[in-house]
Amino acid sequence: MAKITFDGIEVEVPDGTTILNAARQIGGSVVPPAMCYYTPLKGSGGKCRACLVKVAAGSAKDPRPMPKLVASCITPVQDGMVVENTTNQQVLDVRKGIVEMLLINHPLDCPVCDQAGECDLQNFAFEHGVSTTRYEEERRTFEKIDIGPYIQLHMTRCILCYRCVYTANQVTDNRVHGVLGRGDAAEIGTYIENSLDNDFIGNVIDVCPVGALTDKTWRFKSRVWFTKPVNAHRDCSHEKCSGKVTLWYKGKDVLRVTARKDEYGEVKEWICNECRFERKETADWILEGPAHIDRSSVISANHYELPVLNAQIIADLPESTVRELEQNPPLKLGGFNG
Amino acid sequence: MGRKLLTEHVNVEGIETFKVYRQHGGYRAVEKALKMMPEEVVEEVKKSGLRGRGGAGFPTGMKWSFLAKPEGVPRYLVCNADESEPGTFKDRYLMSKLPHLLIEGMIAGSYALGARTSYIYIRGELLYVLRILEKAIAEAYANGFLGENIQGSGYSLDLHVHPGGGAYICGEETALLESLEGKRGNPRNKPPFPAVQGLYARPTVVNNVESIAAVVPILNLGGDEYAKIGVGKSTGTKLFSACGHLNKPGIYELELGVPVEEFIYSDEYCGGIWKGRELKAVVAGGSSVPILPKELILKTAAGENRLMTYESLSDGGFVTGTMLGSGGFIAMDETTCIVKNTWNFSRFYHHESCGQCSPCREGTGWLEKVLHRLEHGHGSMHDIDLIVSVAKQIEGNTICPLGEAAAWPVAAAVRHFRDEFEWHVTHPKEATAPGAAYRGNLVLA
Repeated sequence: MAKITFDGIEVEVPDGTTILNAARQIGGSVVPPAMCYYTPLKGSGGKCRACLVKVAAGSAKDPRPMPKLVASCITPVQDGMVVENTTNQQVLDVRKGIVEMLLINHPLDCPVCDQAGECDLQNFAFEHGVSTTRYEEERRTFEKIDIGPYIQLHMTRCILCYRCVYTANQVTDNRVHGVLGRGDAAEIGTYIENSLDNDFIGNVIDVCPVGALTDKTWRFKSRVWFTKPVNAHRDCSHEKCSGKVTLWYKGKDVLRVTARKDEYGEVKEWICNECRFERKETADWILEGPAHIDRSSVISANHYELPVLNAQIIADLPESTVRELEQNPPLKLGGFNG
Repeated sequence: MGRKLLTEHVNVEGIETFKVYRQHGGYRAVEKALKMMPEEVVEEVKKSGLRGRGGAGFPTGMKWSFLAKPEGVPRYLVCNADESEPGTFKDRYLMSKLPHLLIEGMIAGSYALGARTSYIYIRGELLYVLRILEKAIAEAYANGFLGENIQGSGYSLDLHVHPGGGAYICGEETALLESLEGKRGNPRNKPPFPAVQGLYARPTVVNNVESIAAVVPILNLGGDEYAKIGVGKSTGTKLFSACGHLNKPGIYELELGVPVEEFIYSDEYCGGIWKGRELKAVVAGGSSVPILPKELILKTAAGENRLMTYESLSDGGFVTGTMLGSGGFIAMDETTCIVKNTWNFSRFYHHESCGQCSPCREGTGWLEKVLHRLEHGHGSMHDIDLIVSVAKQIEGNTICPLGEAAAWPVAAAVRHFRDEFEWHVTHPKEATAPGAAYRGNLVLA
């Protein structure tokens, strides 16, 4: 086990844990943002540089600070390490710069983008960026490409996180998908537009942090915040498919089906294309109940689910208030996912 | 003229063949090494104080001693011959003229590190050099210096040459290893470092061509003797590829410690600036190191003579100093437009960025576009601060050093030649006239 201090909070994690995952054990606002790292995908991370942190002391043995900011998603902890994230002005400034870099070639077409409302880049820019740009040049653009019957690739929005490349490599059977070109001309390519018709490829839509890969059965159907997510499952015959999904309802219609995401937007159990694209009737599914959506998300604005207080806030409340809330709950208590 | 250790016999006819090379004392270093323990060879290199000749200047012996040596796992020595930095062409010269010197160094180095298979990763454009090396390797095999049981010592080594696809980024050691493995040449995240997990996830040392070649004179002379050459921690001799507006551009092997002024103006070396013009600026170690104006390249900020050593060139940090880098010495005369030159460098880095991490992918393109605007007379004063700020946002925040290589020249050009950038903004017509260059208040057209 290694004990580290992250933004002044001590946490003990197993050896080999990355700084980012140690921070996620603390949870809340100290967790560095991650645009490319994706826990289930081996080799992901290190590319977007959004999660850069300052290591003020390398370890108990060698307490020298690391000379450069390090990517917290790929740097393993050392016992006695002291890490500064939100408490370090340099880190915050650099993060602002990263937002700017990610946005200079991004079309900012959020008003017509299906990802808006659940977009990692949107959240990241809102939380860490500035509201103006210094970029006056023409932006890089690409034509939209249909890859397979279900997925559309809009490279102009892509931030080259490589998550879909790793997904195609690690989750699906045939690799027909990779990065072509170099520098800011690099693009996700499918080698002469080979259609991605293998039965797990729909997962690339879920891992995409932006609106570059979208579900053609869902495109332009609704804004995401007008839909209600409901967890459901079915007994899928595909051996690798978990059958555990979130159905996105508008009225009585299931507009789309996605895999379930955790609080960091990560899918832990993959689903097959049949569950995702073909099963859009309530009768196909066994409903479990409303899916949890973070309070800060626009999806939960206007929502039916009771807000959740996180454990830390509860701990800070006076005991009498907590008792009163428990007896007469206007709010749902418990849960760490606030 | 000082001693020449690497290029002593470079002009001997037929030196690229095994026979002639052997007649001139070739492969003595290998014979000597094979009689020593591998650790003793590493110790000699450590004693020599040899610093990496590829650009970063990290002590080679130290790098070798960091190599992880788990039992039963193969280790590799990889030679980085992907020389593609603008202004640097010393390795190409060394390999095409003295292929056996590199092979000899590879054998001695591989023996010291316990590698049974070694690779030379050569830049894709240098196909003719690849053929020279392959021919030389075949000769070495035929004469029992490669293959099974070298010279009856019981040590076996296979040496392969592998051409790259012509990407600058594959000169970064982990991108090189990816490329050598047959993948897209993207730099890896570090840690793990190649010394622990390199080629095929095995412990690997990646060295520049010249560093490996320098092992030969080190073994011939002995580490201590080699360390006596040079000044301070800059020991031995180093190849400099001088280019630009010089009377005698070319490759020079110097004992480290020659004054910069002597190197530029003495007839022994570059012979002064061509056409009787004035020197304006120098990029001392390949396009990625900061550019310095005449006053600062000849003398340090403290007024001392600047020498061709790692320490002296970096005296004053990046405020008033630069780096020795890879030895690509680019001199520019008074008619050179610094803005255009900076834009040109920037265009190179934009083209060569691998596109993996966001600051470099987006930032290099941004820098190029703003510099293009400035050079073509459409810039504003605000743009000058903008490029400094963008360069700062890239520097230090990327996976590999290409980000820094792209940011340093821009930041340094503005630092030392800000008035010229401003002149481009205030006098767009004069600045965009063909052949225009700014020289203080005097405009040459």
